[in-house]
Amino acid sequence: MKKNFLGALAVTTALSPVAAMAQTEVQFWHAFTGRLGELVKAQVEEFNASQDEYVVVESHKGNYSETLNAGIAAFRAGEQPHILMVFEVGTATMMSAEGAIKPVYEVMAESGASFDPDAYIGAVKGYYTTTDGDMLSLPFNSSTPVLWVNRDAFEAAGVDPDTDLSTWEKVGDVLEQLKAGGEDCPLVTAWQSWIHLENLSAYHDVPFASQDNGFAGLDTELMLNGPAQVAHLTAMGDWAKDGKFIYTGRRNEGGANFRAGECALFTESSAGYAGISSEAEFAFDVRPLPYWEALVSEPQNTIIGGASLWVMEGHDPEAYKGVGEFLSFLSSSGVQASWHQNTGYLPITADAGDVTRAAGFYEQNPGTDIAVIQMTAKEPTANSKGLRLGSFDQIRGIIDEELEAVWSGEKTAQEAMDSAKERGDALLRRFESANQ
Amino acid sequence: MEKRVTFRGWLLPLALIAPQVIISAVFFFYPAGQAVWQSLFIPDPFGLSSQFVGLGNFEFLLSDKFYRASFVTTAVFSTLVTLCSMIPALFLAVIADRLIKGSGVYRTLLIWPYAVAPAVAGVLWLFMFNTRVGVVSWYLSQLGYDWNHVLNDTEAMGLVVVASAWGRISYNFLFFFAALQSVPRSVIEAAAIDGAHFWRRFFTIVLPLLSPTAFFLLVVNVVYAFFETFGVIHTITGGGPQQATTILVYKVFSDGFVGQDLGSSSAQSVILLIVVGLLTVIQFKYVEKRVHY
Repeated sequence: MKKNFLGALAVTTALSPVAAMAQTEVQFWHAFTGRLGELVKAQVEEFNASQDEYVVVESHKGNYSETLNAGIAAFRAGEQPHILMVFEVGTATMMSAEGAIKPVYEVMAESGASFDPDAYIGAVKGYYTTTDGDMLSLPFNSSTPVLWVNRDAFEAAGVDPDTDLSTWEKVGDVLEQLKAGGEDCPLVTAWQSWIHLENLSAYHDVPFASQDNGFAGLDTELMLNGPAQVAHLTAMGDWAKDGKFIYTGRRNEGGANFRAGECALFTESSAGYAGISSEAEFAFDVRPLPYWEALVSEPQNTIIGGASLWVMEGHDPEAYKGVGEFLSFLSSSGVQASWHQNTGYLPITADAGDVTRAAGFYEQNPGTDIAVIQMTAKEPTANSKGLRLGSFDQIRGIIDEELEAVWSGEKTAQEAMDSAKERGDALLRRFESANQ
Repeated sequence: MEKRVTFRGWLLPLALIAPQVIISAVFFFYPAGQAVWQSLFIPDPFGLSSQFVGLGNFEFLLSDKFYRASFVTTAVFSTLVTLCSMIPALFLAVIADRLIKGSGVYRTLLIWPYAVAPAVAGVLWLFMFNTRVGVVSWYLSQLGYDWNHVLNDTEAMGLVVVASAWGRISYNFLFFFAALQSVPRSVIEAAAIDGAHFWRRFFTIVLPLLSPTAFFLLVVNVVYAFFETFGVIHTITGGGPQQATTILVYKVFSDGFVGQDLGSSSAQSVILLIVVGLLTVIQFKYVEKRVHY
């Protein structure tokens, strides 16, 4: 009896690795938790169930910065995953890492999986392609900033919630009325540098940095101290001083205030949809991000935030085939459409947008298409294709610090941005010399 | 003639000190050496290439006025944390020492905060002082004070100091309390009979007898403030507003792990190593002279 049992054990242990070997494993490291984490897991399970050659193993590695760090540390130790999620800020870091990454267009060509670069929305794809049009990483979750309106707060302050909020001039008047109507948090924002500098620049078609915002070379310098940016920040600074713009922090702290119904207007990513729609106990709607009429007659497109999937170098050709299949699965219209509808992230292919529209999703959930329209209404220019700056996470930190000086009234917008340029350029030069 | 215990031969003594030497070498000297070596390069994040820059990293750092300012920030921060964690701890210990009933419960309760990890402590304090939804900031606003540590330097510093010192009070309390228990009762009683009142006895007898403990805690707390408060700062202010709470070790982290600039980060570690080394030498050379064992 005992002998039999041991024999059976030996047979099963000998067999199980063989069974696992038959399927090639693909490691996928991402930065999503909560609802988004569940959705990613569901995508992976669907892919694994759809075929039996490859198994994608997803693991959560912390927030965006932590995931990137985990990937870098793993690469140094020779333990890198096949697919690594990297936020848009880390794009330049990844692009310069020749030898550590395997460009997506190469992976797709070698794997033979179906891949049509033209199917992707230009403004999304542009962020992750070379100037020659080769796609280096697969856009995964992309969003763009929009203006969220708490309609109940407008009514409480005696302001018509349907009032025109298309320009910052008009928003300025409305803030005045809201304040006069007793609202103590007229405007709040998330991700100040992304929305009020990076997107502001693209939206008004002015450069954020030289060399086509860094796309054309590493010898780029910040240009965020131009008249358009300074004019906007000066207005924001004045609003902050008058208590019309409430500063809550560097990340998306303001979201808690808005969702609790404390604030009337909120500039935040379109992906705020999932949280706002589930938590807000007030009537809200979405408007396009305002622009300054004094600067442009009509706005350019906004740019994206979010993350893309990078394929790491150093694995077997067989595994790369699996990676190709998985990436191709992720970009398929069905997967993309449900991702877009569930999260408020942009669909990465035009087709996924069409599927969503055809299903009547936009009519049932008004405003969910605003982000898509805002990004795709115009062909991106050199100023609105995106940003590609080294050490960008740190530069954002510098920008945050300088903006805080503007909000507290310690510095004028011009002084703060001049200083941000000087400090940021020093980091760009270091990045340039590290990647020569 | 000095009397010494001597071992015959070399093997036994070597074997006896080997574990200590090996541990120090593997866990201290090797990483420290690596930091010194790396501080001479600007590597790329993935370790694919690196450029020798000599003392370039140090030059880059010392020409950065924010880096220089962070020395002052660190000095202010560690002084405040040390004072804010030692003085209340001593006070509480003295009171607990006078308790006859219930001191066990009191002691146990006081030790609890030490079990809270710095990052968690940071989040707790952040919730209380959140500018819009925090309980304390709400009460302050009722009193007409507009609390805003995200924009106000002083308030931000105050908050990280309090959050860092809070858990540390327990630790210090424990040491002070133990030290107080070992102060001979007879000496205190003799002084009491001579008519010395409580505070007089405290300052002339108890405090000098506590000085070895106080000195030990001073060293330990300064090191704590330098290195371990990182979690608190990371969760509460992220070094802001405008680097007002960026202490040296936080900058090592943010440059190295957020900015992927390992060259600069290593150079900062080397500078930090020198600073802390100097501080400890000063403490042992000058402060220890006033300590009575």
